[in-house]
Amino acid sequence: MSMVYLTRKAEFAASHYYHNPELSPEDNRRLFGKCNNPNGHGHNYVLEVTVKGDINPRSGFVVDLRQLKELLHREVLDAMDHRFLNREVPEFFTCIPTTENIAIAIWQRLVGKLETAKLHRVRVYENPDLFVDFYGEG
Amino acid sequence: MKAHLTRRYRFSASHRLHSDSFSDEENRAIYGKCNNPYGHGHNYTLEVTVSGEVDRSTGMICDLGELDECVRREILERFDVENLNVRNELSGSVPTTENLSTVIYQILKREFGRAHLEKVRLEETMMNSFEYTGN
Repeated sequence: MSMVYLTRKAEFAASHYYHNPELSPEDNRRLFGKCNNPNGHGHNYVLEVTVKGDINPRSGFVVDLRQLKELLHREVLDAMDHRFLNREVPEFFTCIPTTENIAIAIWQRLVGKLETAKLHRVRVYENPDLFVDFYGEG
Repeated sequence: MKAHLTRRYRFSASHRLHSDSFSDEENRAIYGKCNNPYGHGHNYTLEVTVSGEVDRSTGMICDLGELDECVRREILERFDVENLNVRNELSGSVPTTENLSTVIYQILKREFGRAHLEKVRLEETMMNSFEYTGN
């Protein structure tokens, strides 16, 4: 069997702001700068989801791409695309929607939900010059 | 939970690939156009990858402003719009992008202590890139 890695890209546009209610307003402004503006600001996020697995000898696939695409739509894009992450995505009611935490939240939404392939990496680009990789908790 | 964060930076520099341990003919044969005695330049793209636990209070691995400031001070100010052949950091070695990536890794390993340095990746052109992850 040959282990192969497959990456699927998706895009979503969302707004957010950074604020920790346990800190004072001054500390929030000092720590997060312009990102602390409570009215929010937005990004065009690019998501890369990498799965790994053996090539199925009958289909020649590592994963059913249609199933992966539907999973990304259902679990991630429907929830996050054109949303205000702090107010509309439950993970971020209690957790700051930094790129780090967005990558972790997307991993947790996807892990274990594919029939054949195994989730390997979630990469989230906030912009072309900044991205975060999450490989799970292991 | 541990995550990896990568930030991209850009700088421009000139260099000439030439080794005193080879004859002029050998240098021309090995380095080709890159051996032109007048040098030439590139727009380099630097990717710096750091890793660490995501801080619960900030949601971040490290303060991005501190990383940017460190890379600006230690790398961009050293190498941007410079001739790599005359830089002390590369004295005694040919300023290939292989060597430059290891030098940048060693500088950042020494100067940035806020997160673990995983990797330096340097694009010399859109077609060539080099990665160094330490020994």
